[in-house]
Amino acid sequence: MITLGHMLTLSAVLFAISVAGIFLNRKNVLLLLMCIELLLLAANFNFVAFSRYLGQLDGQIFVFFVLTVAAAESAIGLAILVVLFRERRSINVEELNRLQG
Amino acid sequence: MLPLILFYVFGTILVAAALAVIVARNPVYSALCLVLCFVTSAGLWLLIEAEFLAIVLVLVYVGAVMVLFLFVVMMLDINLEELRSGFTRFAWLGWITAGVIVFEVAGVVVTRKLGLDVMRGPVPLLSSYSNTQELGALLYSKYAYPFEIAAMLLLVAIVAAIALTLRHRRGLKVQNISRQVAARASERVRLVKMDAERRE
Repeated sequence: MITLGHMLTLSAVLFAISVAGIFLNRKNVLLLLMCIELLLLAANFNFVAFSRYLGQLDGQIFVFFVLTVAAAESAIGLAILVVLFRERRSINVEELNRLQG
Repeated sequence: MLPLILFYVFGTILVAAALAVIVARNPVYSALCLVLCFVTSAGLWLLIEAEFLAIVLVLVYVGAVMVLFLFVVMMLDINLEELRSGFTRFAWLGWITAGVIVFEVAGVVVTRKLGLDVMRGPVPLLSSYSNTQELGALLYSKYAYPFEIAAMLLLVAIVAAIALTLRHRRGLKVQNISRQVAARASERVRLVKMDAERRE
């Protein structure tokens, strides 16, 4: 019998791994985007688990919208990445200082 | 008992693949491990009877988003050595943050009398229950307006992605249709009057 605790613990582990990944791969924009996808997946796990264990489908609808937004985000993010690489020949975060921020 | 065994099998694969995503040397391996993550997550969602979302995860993520990622990874010619330098400099901070997150969530999960143990188990579903049908009924009635906004969002994302990556090359010989259509014969053909000349 899979309990809610099982699912929440698994999603917490997944979330923690992707947060650690953001710290590890802080120079590579591509890996940062992948870690964000993992973060969203971990959040979706919570939505699906609570939706199932509360017996309400609204959580799953929310996951549907999160998937939509995540797909749009990664499409635009990768487009920006391609333009960036064309411009600078590099995707290193540390070199993105043209705006002097 | 079988669902629990499957849960542990899928969960182990999921965590291992997620770790491989963040430590892999080559971004191609990272992307492929992320695909494995999504597939095992779809399996886990099937286990807790969210069938529609499991299929959508495989179709949308593995079928579209990760293919996009792989395209970009293979298209860019990145200098990996430079990006990998200082890989472990802030690793301790990352692992400490990860540990704190797991500790806090585990604290919520294992707390007695106040935590999750007050929640009842999942409602058993009838064999005639269709997850997709129920979701569709909800999506097209209660959530019809957000659904349309999501559709518009995807449209805007398509336009934005194409507009960003569209490249105009210099010196390309292409037709300018509007100039061609606007051309008049009176502007193009110039008749010159001259006397006939005798050939020497």
